[in-house]
Amino acid sequence: MMTTIDLTEQGLRYLNETLQQQSAGTNQQDWTIINPRGSHAIAVGLDAPIQVTVNGSTGYYCGGMNKQATIMVKGSAGPGVAENMTSGMVVVEGDASQYAGATGHGGTLVIRGNAASRCGISMKGIDIIVAGNIGHMSAFMAQKGNLVVLGDAGEALGDSLYEARLYVRGSVKSLGADCIEKDMKDEHIKQLAELLERADMDADPASFRRYGSARQLYHFDVDNVSAY
Amino acid sequence: MTDQNHPQTEPKPESHVESRAKSQTEPVQSATFTKAVNAEIRRAADMGIYDIRGGGAKRSVPHFDDLLFLGASISRYPLEGYREKCATNVTLGTRFAKNPIKLDIPITIAGMSFGALSGAAKEGLGRGATAAGTSTTTGDGGMTEEERGHSDKLVYQYLPSRYGMNPDDLRRADAIEVVVGQGAKPGGGGMLLGQKISDRVADMRDLPAGIDQRSACRHPDWTGPDDLEIKILELREITGWEKPIYIKVGGARPYFDTALAVKAGADVVVLDGMQGGTAATQDVFIEHVGIPTLACIRPAVKALQELGMHRKVQLVVSGGIRNGADVAKALALGADAVSIGTAALIAMGDNDPKWEDDYQKLGTTAGAYDDWHEGRDPAGITTQDPELAARLDPLLAGKRLANYLKVMTLEAQTIARACGKSHVHNLEPEDLCALTIEAAAMARVPLAGTDWIPGKGI
Repeated sequence: MMTTIDLTEQGLRYLNETLQQQSAGTNQQDWTIINPRGSHAIAVGLDAPIQVTVNGSTGYYCGGMNKQATIMVKGSAGPGVAENMTSGMVVVEGDASQYAGATGHGGTLVIRGNAASRCGISMKGIDIIVAGNIGHMSAFMAQKGNLVVLGDAGEALGDSLYEARLYVRGSVKSLGADCIEKDMKDEHIKQLAELLERADMDADPASFRRYGSARQLYHFDVDNVSAY
Repeated sequence: MTDQNHPQTEPKPESHVESRAKSQTEPVQSATFTKAVNAEIRRAADMGIYDIRGGGAKRSVPHFDDLLFLGASISRYPLEGYREKCATNVTLGTRFAKNPIKLDIPITIAGMSFGALSGAAKEGLGRGATAAGTSTTTGDGGMTEEERGHSDKLVYQYLPSRYGMNPDDLRRADAIEVVVGQGAKPGGGGMLLGQKISDRVADMRDLPAGIDQRSACRHPDWTGPDDLEIKILELREITGWEKPIYIKVGGARPYFDTALAVKAGADVVVLDGMQGGTAATQDVFIEHVGIPTLACIRPAVKALQELGMHRKVQLVVSGGIRNGADVAKALALGADAVSIGTAALIAMGDNDPKWEDDYQKLGTTAGAYDDWHEGRDPAGITTQDPELAARLDPLLAGKRLANYLKVMTLEAQTIARACGKSHVHNLEPEDLCALTIEAAAMARVPLAGTDWIPGKGI
């Protein structure tokens, strides 16, 4: 059974409170939000395996701190979509603004359009799959998880990267400090195939390049001072 | 030639030295190139890395010691000590939060991370704060069971690094503190060196064990006060508008930062002056960035008053609070509460002379030990080494902290009663005078024995 919430009519507090009250065994699995009109903080802090469809574009932090829920944005998403997500899935049909998936600890963020700058900044275990391009400084200080880009990456990809893995099919304008290209081994091809399948994207894993940390900045060395 | 004006006998070597010494100037050490300065130059030349240390500013700056209370006189009635009530309770988060934090005393425990501190030390802080009727605060490293379990009221810090940040901990916190900066290093991020990144710490932070960890100095998903307002909306929506949201800033531009924090929707502003401690950062940062705590309070209070928000958005002041007099002075200048970090660690046993032999082995001495980042703390507080950490008994540490908090509260009450106040919040700038022109200018109270406040005309 599908339940519709009109955000303009019923308000943000009602929307989030109602969705947050759903628990694992709820009979109301499917929710549709209409008239989002770019509102901020839509469907944040959810913690149940429900399906939420947002019919339109969202403002800042849609799906913030998501757990378990699947949130589908049928439009574009503002800054910080799915920020600090721990599990579940957020899908953006259009483009995502800056810092998509910031600090995400888990779950999957799928962006079918492009993502702006700082996509996956400080990510800590989330998997992010972008069908289009990503902007500059993406995966800055990324700690864990996977960022998959079917298009191109902007400047300074993976600056000050820790252990996150970055897969890019198109061009990379430049790599940030301590980010290097690494070999695509069988385990990476296998992982990438799984990620692409999860995001329902059709691309040959072998056509991607992998980038990761050179681990030269893990311990302070005065001769690296220009990189700090 | 040498013989003509001298006795025939050779002068004795001793008397020769003596006469030379008499004609020499006293060796003078430079006030600019002091022994400590020269030692630091040599250390930098040896090591090729800036000095990293814990704690706050060690230099002498105008502070609460430069203020005095006037006390009651013919025009003011004092209250009887022990007989007439002088309340100390404070409620934080009355602006928007459904569940404001009610504290028995106006002294809270500042944010200190698990990682910087041992699990037992965090437990001790929780136990002490709870026994004294106040709150404690997490730090840059997530919430541990030790502190949640032993803290009746726990403030969960929301930091640029977002280490261990998760919605479950957010929901089981009693308040949320968005950390924009801290007094030891306004504009700087956290730092935790490899020695302290144990497996448990690394796991909580999603980092490889043993690396030199430099946390971000800016939040990853907001920039400026307009974004911050939306971020706070999101945090409130996630937590059902129940929890007070604090914004912590380092003492830099307190007037503007306070006004902007109010604009962004804060329930509470936490303002940390340059004497506020840190677990680790560059010495040059600690000593040369930020302004003294004394200089922070009046501009912040002015901003609150101009916005009609004084006492509605609570102001918590920290950085160098040591005793009940400091508490009373901060409150008299307009703060609603104070927060302690370094002092709480000292109460639990940090830098205790009983470990002097161990401090000597580390090339330092009790009171001066500040290499908290190295994880070799003889007192077992700023360490992740299980053997050292075992030196701290969390029950005893908690008891000591509770004792200390109660003494500070009694001291603040003593002063408030002497000024005729039935609540410590009734203390006001009019109760104060300053011992120095600098303190008078910063605290905007008259120089003792005069009616002169520098900057306020005659």
